[in-house]
Amino acid sequence: MSTAVNQAMVEKYKGNFLKEVTENVEEGNWVKMCMQCGVCSGSCPLGPHWDHPPQEIFMMIRANKREEVLSSTSMWMCTSCYNCIARCPRGLPITHIMHGLAHYSKRIGLKPKNQPTEKFGQMFWDNLTKKGRVNELKLGLGLYFKDGFAEGVKVAMSKQKLGMNMMKAKRMSPMEMLGGHGVSDLAGFHAMLKKAEELEAARVGENTDKK
Amino acid sequence: MAKEYSYYPGCSSQKGASSSNLEKSVETLCEELDIKLNPIPDWNCCGASIGYAGGGELPRMTLSARNIALSEKHHPDQDIVATCAACWLNTREVNERLLHNPKLKEETNIALQAVKLEFSGKKKVRHMVEVLIEDVGYDALAAKVKKPLEGLKIAGYVGCQTNRPFGIDGESFENPMYLDKMVETLGGEALTKYEKKVACCSGALMFSEPEKGQALVKDIIESAYDNGANMIVTPCPLCQANVEIYQDDINARYKTNFNMPVMYYSQLMDVAFGRNAKDAALDGNIIQSMELRKIADK
Ligand code: SF4
Ligand code: SF4
Ligand code: SF4
Ligand code: SF4
Repeated sequence: MSTAVNQAMVEKYKGNFLKEVTENVEEGNWVKMCMQCGVCSGSCPLGPHWDHPPQEIFMMIRANKREEVLSSTSMWMCTSCYNCIARCPRGLPITHIMHGLAHYSKRIGLKPKNQPTEKFGQMFWDNLTKKGRVNELKLGLGLYFKDGFAEGVKVAMSKQKLGMNMMKAKRMSPMEMLGGHGVSDLAGFHAMLKKAEELEAARVGENTDKK
Repeated sequence: MAKEYSYYPGCSSQKGASSSNLEKSVETLCEELDIKLNPIPDWNCCGASIGYAGGGELPRMTLSARNIALSEKHHPDQDIVATCAACWLNTREVNERLLHNPKLKEETNIALQAVKLEFSGKKKVRHMVEVLIEDVGYDALAAKVKKPLEGLKIAGYVGCQTNRPFGIDGESFENPMYLDKMVETLGGEALTKYEKKVACCSGALMFSEPEKGQALVKDIIESAYDNGANMIVTPCPLCQANVEIYQDDINARYKTNFNMPVMYYSQLMDVAFGRNAKDAALDGNIIQSMELRKIADK
């Protein structure tokens, strides 16, 4: 389904990826301001694991390397440390652009396959939007099982001591499993998010459900 | 008269959540300093830094905007205060981004009609440590000290989000001093040469990329040992968890022997102000500092 959106975007922007980013990606209008000094690329804590550090991503956007950018795992290596924003001489909101590119790659169906941060992030979002607050225990369990049942049991076993320690320190409550926390105006909360999603979908020129 | 604030507690502070010991120790601290934190009624999660995978810009903005609007409605004259770095950052960032982007603000307010709220953005969004530094002040904090943290060598780990992009008290991003100053105010020895003060602990990526995250944390702890630290202190709940709870895994992976306590500034203050181990939520830590406990039990 998202391939249809992807196709529509390809046709609409006809090889002008910078324009596509400017108009559709969060804070994407800043990309053209980059002067390629490279300061940001030296700032990422997980730097060695980025196939293309931020400066390179910005260069590739201008060079129309659309698929390469959007299917890259690079943006998913961002720890939101804000080092880059604090240092960029041009004041680019690099952190937000990375988040924006990552989100956009999902929206149009080009995200990398089996990217753990993408999966965890989606799980986090689903968990929080369900009840309005995050339930850490369910999130933790969800994470163990994200790679399938057998893998999940293995991970859960290796983390058992940690779980026990957390419980002893009263920082993880099994009661959370049974209900846990949430907002009381849940209907309103969901209506609000739905409206926000609709407005955004309309802006990105896409009316299909993004999942 | 108590100083009053509109308080955004955040998910990780909830009863039974991973940093409920931050919540408890801050509560004690507020008793000591005559500060009243009024929780924002029916607040929701802010989306942390990882929400972007599922939520687009506008839905994420709307999350924090709802909290701010609730605060504007229920606590019109009070600044918003958060204790979690990510909560503070998100809330403040949304506040500022909506003010700078009329279109986004307009759309956000359309979404907020579903909950009969409106965002105006007239409020300040502050971190608890700003309240301590700016509204209480180092001198007043020093005057409260009953049991100085004598002999404790403390590595102040500021981390990322209590530092960048907004900064605290106008200090530099590369070498903020407030945590060290707090430690000195409490009579401890601040290890000002601690190299990893503003290094990133990998934040939420610790969950999804544990090996990469633990490599960062290993350096953060190692540097504390190299500087002769008895403990690390931090203002950030995610940093606290990341640096404390994986030490077993790191020891197994790297053949290290780490057993480094990681405390909150609020726990140190509670103890220095004469409160007991329970009020300072010392049991909430997995790795105990015997030295700190001794002072608390004195
Ligand atoms: S630091 Fe700013 S200007 Fe320099 S390469 Fe990065 S984004 Fe471009
Ligand atoms: S915020 Fe993201 S992009 Fe910026 S330096 Fe940190 S990891 Fe790199
Ligand atoms: S940053 Fe964390 S703790 Fe704070 S509200 Fe958001 S998710 Fe929940
Ligand atoms: S939780 Fe944040 S993002 Fe925060 S400091 Fe640790 S490091 Fe980095």
